Amino acid sequence: MRQNEGGKIMTNIDKNTPAEKLTIAGNIYEAGNAREFKTGDWRSVRPVYIPEKCIQCGLCFPVCPEDAIPVRKDQKRVDFNYDYCKGCGVCAKVCPFGAIQMKTEGED
Amino acid sequence: MAYNMKEIVAEKPSRFTSGHRMCAGCGAPPVARMIMRALKPEDHAVISNATGCMEVSTFIYPYTAWTDSYIHTAFECAAATCSGVEAAYKSLKKQGKLPKDEHTKFIAFGGDGGTYDIGLQSLSGAMERGHDMTYVCYDNGAYMNTGIQRSSATPKFADTTTSPAGSVIPGKMQSRKDLTEIMEAHHLPYVAQTAAYMNFKDLYEKAEKAIYTEGPTFLNVLAPCPRGWGYPTEDLMTINKLAVETCYWPLYEIENGKYKITYKPVKKLPIEEFLKPQKRFKHMFKAGNEWMLEEFQKEVDRRWEDLLKLEEMSNKE
Repeated sequence: MRQNEGGKIMTNIDKNTPAEKLTIAGNIYEAGNAREFKTGDWRSVRPVYIPEKCIQCGLCFPVCPEDAIPVRKDQKRVDFNYDYCKGCGVCAKVCPFGAIQMKTEGED
Repeated sequence: MAYNMKEIVAEKPSRFTSGHRMCAGCGAPPVARMIMRALKPEDHAVISNATGCMEVSTFIYPYTAWTDSYIHTAFECAAATCSGVEAAYKSLKKQGKLPKDEHTKFIAFGGDGGTYDIGLQSLSGAMERGHDMTYVCYDNGAYMNTGIQRSSATPKFADTTTSPAGSVIPGKMQSRKDLTEIMEAHHLPYVAQTAAYMNFKDLYEKAEKAIYTEGPTFLNVLAPCPRGWGYPTEDLMTINKLAVETCYWPLYEIENGKYKITYKPVKKLPIEEFLKPQKRFKHMFKAGNEWMLEEFQKEVDRRWEDLLKLEEMSNKE
């Protein structure tokens, strides 16, 4: 019931895809396949993570609308996932330690 | 168990993934993600979503940002769809056609347009019929998805494209509907109003309670919109904070008729603090428009006082 119907990948379809290549009723069986859609190219400013200043307080973990702050099992964050970060800057604003700095894309 | 945000984020994988196409800095995704994290990892969920920002940008075919079953439903039907699926599930379970040890939870998401306005009758119906489901309204205070038209959740004096502030009208002319109170009038086992504030503790705990309380439950969550409210995207959490600290958006819950205000600001901030950073209220700060601020403050005070009274009254033995 939950498996991918016959291995059909719905994100590979376009308007010319024949019906037999589609799943029944066009249902999507791949949970969370939006991950294949990278939204990182929306970004005009980029958050830069400065690990030396970070005390792993966790304030930035849940505020990211894009879930672009990976948190490991040991409850520590790592560098941003720029595949999805849209550069909103919410994380930098909530960081009281200056461990996230916003930089314009293209600048060093 | 005490709330430990770091543990929750580290241990529970996100059930609302990256790659959705909500605007940068949108207030709704962090809220939706935290609500989904309130589910036990072993439980399945069925999400029904009313038309709105969240529907059109988390489920752009053939992509889905949800790892649970998701039904793309029409504007007015989120609650009706959810209640129907819940009824079918109950029936199948009774007939022994579904595994006994697996549980599915039913959650409907709707914006303020799809909840306060268009979906109100189906929501009222589903709640009254007593389905075991949770309805979540993420309130961004206007029809943001179609271009910022006023809804019944839009606060008075807000400038929207259908209530433009100018020399003729002072922005929206009517007061904001109080949906949380309307839902309480259905005498549900659990109704709560919350926002992403204080490390999401309030939001997470209320979501958990709502989802795991048997029967129909309702959550009203504030979801600021940088585009429609007119503030810089990075200020999302500041706006959330000011909404709560000015008592514009009180955090409270009602459990079987008993009110509990879950956060009382030590020092209630003047409403200007919340209004000032937002472009939609810019005209209220022009000379000669002080009466708008006064009226707004009065309305906030009145509603807050009422809430305090309700809390006191409902907890009297």
